[in-house]
Amino acid sequence: MADKVVDARGSYCPGPLMELIKTIRKADMGTTIEVLSSDSGSARDIPEWAKKTGQELVYNEKAQDGEYWKIAVKKVK
Amino acid sequence: MAKNIVIVGGGSGGTIVANHLAGELKQQISRGDTKVTLVTDTPNHVYQPSFLYITINQVRLEDYTRSEKSLLKPGVELLIDPAVKIDTAGHTVATAGGKTLPYDILVIATGSYLDPTTIPGLAEAADVFYTAEGAEKLRDKIVNFAGGTILMTVDVPHKCPAAPLELIFILDDFYRHMGIRDKVNLIYTYPIGRLHSLEPVANFAAPEFEKRGINSETFFNVESVDPQKKVVTSLEGSEVPFDVLISIPAHRGAHVVHDSGLGDEDGFIPTNRYTLKADGYDDIYVIGDATALPISKAGSTAHYQADVVTANIISQINGLPPSRFYDGKVACFVEMGLDKATFISFDYNNPPVPLPVSEMIHWFKLSFNEIYWLSQRGLL
Ligand SMILES: Cc1cc2nc3c(=O)[nH]c(=O)nc-3n(C[C@H](O)[C@H](O)[C@H](O)COP(=O)(O)OP(=O)(O)OC[C@H]3O[C@@H](n4cnc5c(N)ncnc54)[C@H](O)[C@@H]3O)c2cc1C
Repeated sequence: MADKVVDARGSYCPGPLMELIKTIRKADMGTTIEVLSSDSGSARDIPEWAKKTGQELVYNEKAQDGEYWKIAVKKVK
Repeated sequence: MAKNIVIVGGGSGGTIVANHLAGELKQQISRGDTKVTLVTDTPNHVYQPSFLYITINQVRLEDYTRSEKSLLKPGVELLIDPAVKIDTAGHTVATAGGKTLPYDILVIATGSYLDPTTIPGLAEAADVFYTAEGAEKLRDKIVNFAGGTILMTVDVPHKCPAAPLELIFILDDFYRHMGIRDKVNLIYTYPIGRLHSLEPVANFAAPEFEKRGINSETFFNVESVDPQKKVVTSLEGSEVPFDVLISIPAHRGAHVVHDSGLGDEDGFIPTNRYTLKADGYDDIYVIGDATALPISKAGSTAHYQADVVTANIISQINGLPPSRFYDGKVACFVEMGLDKATFISFDYNNPPVPLPVSEMIHWFKLSFNEIYWLSQRGLL
């Protein structure tokens, strides 16, 4: 279960990854943040950023109705 | 009893709402049935996109400053007195000057401000061009620069996501014209894995950077700045030295929002993405930079939202539910140098498709810089 949900659907600019970065900077260590994104690019660029910064990717999946992605990242550093 | 509509913040969004309401409710206002009050904290209205051109000494601040009074239609009562507290239970706005304004409907359009304090060393070491004072101070450095490294860093959230890229292109052209481009190392950094949040813009920018010799580093989020050594360290672990550091610091929502318990942790107000009502309040609308919506904080956003909010307020005072919906529309001119630009627009459902870069779009942008004042007066 995510501790925090960032609903970035419909966001092209600044976009879901920027929304995640903003939120994770403020979050406490150990917090899991789930990003909702309607941009398929997020399924690629959020995991890439998490890897680069050493944060933990918890899951990366398409929502049941298939219209958006749910990507969760845990703040571990 | 007259209906009181209070608008807090006389910037791009608040001014348009006030003027639209004064136009649409002319008769009710003259009969004394409705009162439209605009509360703002400064007598001057500055056109913020001019800061880009001030930075390279192409225009002067005075040319893009008007008195707020001169922009307002008759029928709008202007109060220049910062709002310090919004009492949502008592439906009042308290000002620094000691006034208490009751409202039936409130519009919050207090914008955002730059907060460099969250990153150690940033406030001390960096220049900004997102404020009038900052742009004038930076201008003096830019036009007198004889060579070295100019580093740009971008923090989130920030308004006008196009401006950092625009400035780097403009600086490239500027130093070519000055004949010292070979002595200037331009380094542009960006928080995510490409040069701009809009993919088509990023795809366009990448070969231009290559061609013009603009250096860049993506996935770059500033962690700290050493003002003595003049080095920026990123969250991702790299260190970049600079002579001039141009920063777009993280923005925050206005103090009054925070102090009234209305915003999220950054002072931005959770807002319904369609009706633009503040979540949980039937009598408060929010527009422009002040919302917590995950869309671009831009003047065009504030303008489109102002149209929606005006229509919804008029419905509401006529006893109808707010039924105009904001579709997430944003439109931006993006300068690609001193004489060419592109234009992009998008909304919640339609991704951005930039127009081919041309000189004509650059001239459109320059003309909008003048047309702005008409749009503020509600004439467009
Ligand atoms: C360098 C630069 C370039 C830009 N270029 C573009 C561009 O090309 N296109 C574009 O669309 N946008 C651009 N923008 C962004 C645009 O200027 C803003 O997004 C826009 O002004 C937001 O409108 P607003 O009404 O929400 O806030 P603002 O216009 O900032 O207005 C907020 C107002 O609230 C007032 N206020 C704040 N606190 C209080 C208080 N407590 N009491 C009373 N009043 C208060 C402020 O004084 C201000 O007048 C640019 C911005 C910058 C800095």
